[in-house]
Formats: sequence, structure tokens, C-alpha cells
Amino acid sequence: MSPDRTSLRPREVEEEVIGTTAAGLPVKRGDLRDYLPAVETDRQVNDWGRSERVEGLFDKTIVDFFYNYWFRADVEGIENVPPSGGALLVSNHSGALPPDATMIAKAIKEEHSHPRPVNITVEHFFKGYPGFSMLIPKIGCVAAHPANVHRLLYDEGQLVLVFPEGRKGTEKLYKDRYKLRRFGRGGFVEAAMRARAPIVPVCVVGAEEAAPIFAQVNVLQKLTGLLYFPLTPTFPWFGPFGLLGFMPAKFKLRFLEPLYFNEDRMWEDKALVQTVAHEIRARIQENVLDMLKTRKSVWFG
Amino acid sequence: MTESTSKRVLVTGLSTYWGARLARELEQNPDVEAIIGVDSADPAGELERTEFVRVGTQHALLRRVVEAAEIDTVIDTRLVVDSTVTSPRRAHENNVIGTMNILAACSGPNTAVRKLIFKSSAHYYGCNQDDPAFFTESMGRPHPPRAPIERDIVEAEASIAEFREKNPDVCVTCFRFANVLGPDVHTAHRRLFELPVIPMILGFDPRYQFVHEDDVVNALKHAALHDLPGIFNVAGDGVLAFTEVCSLLGKQFVPVLPPWGTGLATQALRRLGIVIPPEMLGQLRFGRGTDNRRFKATGFGYRYTTRETIQKLGEHLRLQPILAGVREPYRYEREVEEFLRWSPYVRRGREEGERPPLPSVTQLSELQKFLTAYAVAAPGGGEPRLTRAEGAPEPESIEVVEPEPARVPVDDYDDLEAEEVISLLGSLEGAHLMALRAYEEANQGRNAILRAIDGVLARREPAGTR
Repeated sequence: MSPDRTSLRPREVEEEVIGTTAAGLPVKRGDLRDYLPAVETDRQVNDWGRSERVEGLFDKTIVDFFYNYWFRADVEGIENVPPSGGALLVSNHSGALPPDATMIAKAIKEEHSHPRPVNITVEHFFKGYPGFSMLIPKIGCVAAHPANVHRLLYDEGQLVLVFPEGRKGTEKLYKDRYKLRRFGRGGFVEAAMRARAPIVPVCVVGAEEAAPIFAQVNVLQKLTGLLYFPLTPTFPWFGPFGLLGFMPAKFKLRFLEPLYFNEDRMWEDKALVQTVAHEIRARIQENVLDMLKTRKSVWFG
Repeated sequence: MTESTSKRVLVTGLSTYWGARLARELEQNPDVEAIIGVDSADPAGELERTEFVRVGTQHALLRRVVEAAEIDTVIDTRLVVDSTVTSPRRAHENNVIGTMNILAACSGPNTAVRKLIFKSSAHYYGCNQDDPAFFTESMGRPHPPRAPIERDIVEAEASIAEFREKNPDVCVTCFRFANVLGPDVHTAHRRLFELPVIPMILGFDPRYQFVHEDDVVNALKHAALHDLPGIFNVAGDGVLAFTEVCSLLGKQFVPVLPPWGTGLATQALRRLGIVIPPEMLGQLRFGRGTDNRRFKATGFGYRYTTRETIQKLGEHLRLQPILAGVREPYRYEREVEEFLRWSPYVRRGREEGERPPLPSVTQLSELQKFLTAYAVAAPGGGEPRLTRAEGAPEPESIEVVEPEPARVPVDDYDDLEAEEVISLLGSLEGAHLMALRAYEEANQGRNAILRAIDGVLARREPAGTR
């Protein structure tokens, strides 16, 4: 696939005029990056609702335990994550309460030469569900709104993790493991192109066995108002905390080479967006199968 | 100060907090020649030179006012954005019908209106589950509004947008203000924060953004000074979690509202005297953040971030019980103010609050001589001459550009400080005052002096005609 196409209009996204200053000079969209609010050091919660304290507490206890002792995560290709600037991490997705997102974030925190926080995009559903609504932003999740992704990538230059499979990925049963679902409508590619941020594909192996789903109970899903109601080895038998009952499968994470989008207004070409989305999906699928091929044991790697 | 692009201003909603404060701010700007305030009720505070006309939003009457006074700027501060202050029917009447009428008044055939500033609210965006974390001005609502006040605001903004399309030569500024907090303004959120413990919805910690009352007034003034076509979000920097707000205020939050059946629970709370309007209920559940950068790019600087706004309110609320019952130490008394401002017998406390040095006898006689000479001589006889600007700290800024004409003994007059000149005004005659005004305008153009002369003349006029 070649993102270096030249047939597109050469107009910079930063050049888009969105208003005038008091003196009548034009204001360009790119200029607004200079006007981001200053960081108030006394605060422990940032503007997205992420709380250093809550996140740190989780990180030091549960996440650390799972990463180092339970899943014993192996990481390769971490250098493919750029040390600065916005980048979009795209990964395959699985598990009733998906452990893959946290493990990717933890891997960057542990292994990268420039550890940075990762913003994990989640469904809007969580904002409306009591309890989740309070906790989810505190630990570094943001709603998967295109405007949110753009601001994080373009204006703030942060890392954003998306799962283009979305709900379809986490719903899938154990028998369908490691078969990647459709990658949405390519919205994530468009977001990266708009923000001119590279896409880093990420492959996760082990998450499917850590949280296998044997069946979905639609009646209970309707009754509880949850996104889905899975039957796992521990859920719902041990109550809500059963969702944390992960199997000790060996985790393997592989960060692939980033894709850069240096052309202007590439997102206007919907065919190109779809092509890139398919290409990324194919790359992840290929690498996942490659990792499975060499895996001798589910539990020991 | 840059020269204001608005000279003759009509402020609607003069009796509301915003109208009165804005008018008072505009009065300080000498570039604004005329300020006319309209409302259906008498203004609460004292105003110096704002002309009050008691008229509601009847478009025929308003149009006559706008056309007769050659208004070039209309600032509409009248929108009700808090449904607790009035009944829904009256709010609708004011917000939707009132806005329509004001726009009709502005768009007459003989209108001189070339700028319209409209105070709207971030309630335009509403609060929904699938909102972006930061609304930008170009985004619409993801869902149609449900709360009555939000519906009104959306409708009012729709008529503003239509007006903008039909009148492309009018500069239309529309501000979407976040929730306002401050020591003087009373809103539903302020009342919530005054409670001993702050109610929350169980399981939700919404993101909140506030703007300080001073920043609201400054924003409106900024738009009056400059031409800023378009829509602008106005909100303090930083979006805080509600629990953070509570801890800044030093209050305990209690998640008493259930996540399901919240509407019923607010009905119960209403019986206890705690009013949570529907638009606030949405905010307490989902919260809202707006992107304020576009307005910052026009050169506006906020004085307070969201966090500082809440801290200021917290300080005020802590002092409130201590200062309760203490009479306002200073009240505006028109007669006293007028005396202090214009009487020649007042020597101290004028302008800078310092006693001006008394002019010497020679200076006085020089001034008298000059005035008589100048009144006789043709106006404009004095060549323009630059001297030290009033209050300029560096003496290097003294520069004589043109040699002074020998005919007019202006030397000593130009050396007089503004306070000294003002203290002499009361003893001068009308013709002399006019001459002095013309001279001052042509030469140094010190605003303090010009305003003082105008004041003295204005005060004398009715006495003469009586």
C-alpha cells in the first residue's frame, strides 16, 4: 500500500482559516495549539478527567501484578512507538473485560525509553453507566469520539490506543479467537490522517485465552443494561469481580512498524482510507498468526 | 488602549446583572460616545452616563430608539440561561420572542447598526452521553434539546444565525458562556455550592468548566472594542472533575441522587428547597467541556482559570457567614459622587486618589491669560505640539515637535497636571470652557480633562435653561 499518493490537493490542515484576531489577522487552525491551557501543577486530575492518583494506585497494584507475574508479558518492537508527538496505536481486541488495553499501556510505561501515558479510547456507553462513568476517565480512558482523538493526537501530541474492532472484538466467543473482525468504517485512519499522526499497529497474543467467553446471554444483557453479558470461567459466578478473573495465559505484544501520512488532505479520499484500514488489519492478522505459529504453550509461551 | 470600533451602543437587559455591569464598564471608555440601556424594569445599580429607556422587547419601539440614536452596536445581554430565575413561559417569551424582536429592531431600512453582540450559553451544546470532551464552536448538538431552557437557547441562536446570513455587512458576535461563577452573580450552581454538603448523582463524577463573572464582562467588552465576527466559546482554562470542585470549595459531596429515577429524586429535593433544574441535571450526569482557544486567539486573556474561579468563590463563601448582616460599607450615592467628581472645592481623592499639588498663582494667571487670548484668537491657531503624556513615567518621552506659536502663551498651561486643570474648571465661564476644551482636544487631548469639562458643561446647561 502506498500512502505517498500525489493526486491530492496540496493544502495544509494547519492553513485552514477559522477566524480573525482582534486586529483582523486570520487565525489558522494550527495556531490554536499555542492556546492550549497551561498545566496547573496543583491539580491531580487533568482536563480529560485522568487522575494521577487513581491511575497510579491501579498501576502500582493490579496492573503491575498482572503485567509482571500473571501474564508475564513479552514485548517486541517497542521502539516503533515514537518517543514524542502524537501517534495512534491500533490493536486487536478481545476479552470480556479486555486486559489487552491496560497491558499495552503498561508495556509503554515499562519498556519504552520515553515512557508516556496512553489514552485508551472506550465506548460512549461507559460515560452513561454509573460507577464506570466515574472510574473509566480516572484511569486514562477517553470516549472514542473523532474530536477527542483529533485533539489528543494533533493538538496535544499524545498517544492514543484504539481498537477498530470495537464491541465486535470483545463480544466474540472463544471458538472465534484470533480471527480479526471488520475494522469499523476506517474512522481511525481518517483521524490519524487529519492529525498527521503515524499509526502503530499492535498485535496482542494471549488475551483471548486469558478471558475466554463461552457464550453471550442476551436476556441478561437487556436486563442489566450492560454492553453484553458474557459467560466466562469466573463471570457471573463470582459476581462483578469475576470479570477480573483472568486465566494466567502468557501475553505477547508486538509493535509493528509505524505508517506515516505525509500528504495533505488524504482523508478526503475515502477509497484510500478504506485501503489503509484493510492493510493495517491484514498486517495485524498476519503477525498474530505468525506469533501463534511459534507459540509452544498457551501458558508458558 | 485601542480605539473602540463601537461608538454608540445599545445594551439590552440593563436591569440584569450583566447589562448593568457592562454599561458601567463601557462608561469608563471615552471612545464610546453614547450608551443607551433598555429594559422593562428600572436598573438596580447607579449609572454615570448611561441613558436608560424603559422599553421591553417591542420591536417597533426599539427600532425607533435604535434609529433615532444612530446606534451602531447592539449588545444583547438579556438571554435567560438559568431556568430557576423565572417561569419557563416567561423565559421562552424573553429568549425566543425577545431575541426575534431585537433582531427585527436592528434590521430596519434606516438602521446604522453594524455590530451585534449576543450573549448565549454553552447550554446550547447540552450534555449527552456521546458528547466530545471539548465542544468547538462548529459542532452542533448530537441530540435535540430536552430541557426547556436549552430549547430556547437553540431557537434563539437559530434566529441569530439567520440574521447573520441576511445581514452579511453586520458583524455578529455570539458568545457561548460556560457556567458563570463569582462573588456577585447568583446562579443555580452557586446555590448548589452554598449548601453545607453538595449533592451528586451516585456513580457519576462529571467534568465541569466555569467562567468568572469578570471574564464574562471583559469578553463582552472585548467584542465591543474589536470586530469579532463568529461564534466563540467563553470558558475558563481547565476542566475539573466535580469531586475536585467540591474539594476546592472545602465541601463534602454526597451522592444522594440515584442514577436511575434521578428526576423523581430532584422533585423530592425541591420540596426540601434544593432546586436542581433539568439542564443542571444533565451536567451533573455527563458534564461538559468546551474548547475556549478560538476566543483566546483573538487576543483575549482570561483573568481566571476554572480552578481559580472556584477558589475565589470558595473564599467568598467562607467569608459570607462572617460578614452576614454587615451593611455594605460603601454605597453609591449619586449626589456625593457628583460632588466629588465635579466640585472645584474637592482637592483630594480625584482620579488617582492623591492630593494634586496646588497650582501656583503665576500658573493661574497664565491660564487665565491664555484662555482669554485663546478665546479671542481663531480656534486652531495653536500648532499641534507633543508634550509629556499624562502619567508617563519616563521623562524621556518629552519631545517638542513643533515650535510653539508666540501668540498663545501655552507654556504654563501644558505644564499643568490634569488634576490642576480640573480643579480650576468650576471657576471658569462657559465660553472659556469651550475654548479650553477645543485647545485640549487639539493638543494633548487628555481624556480626564475633556471628560471633566463635558461634565461641568452638562451640569451647567440645565441650570441655564431652567
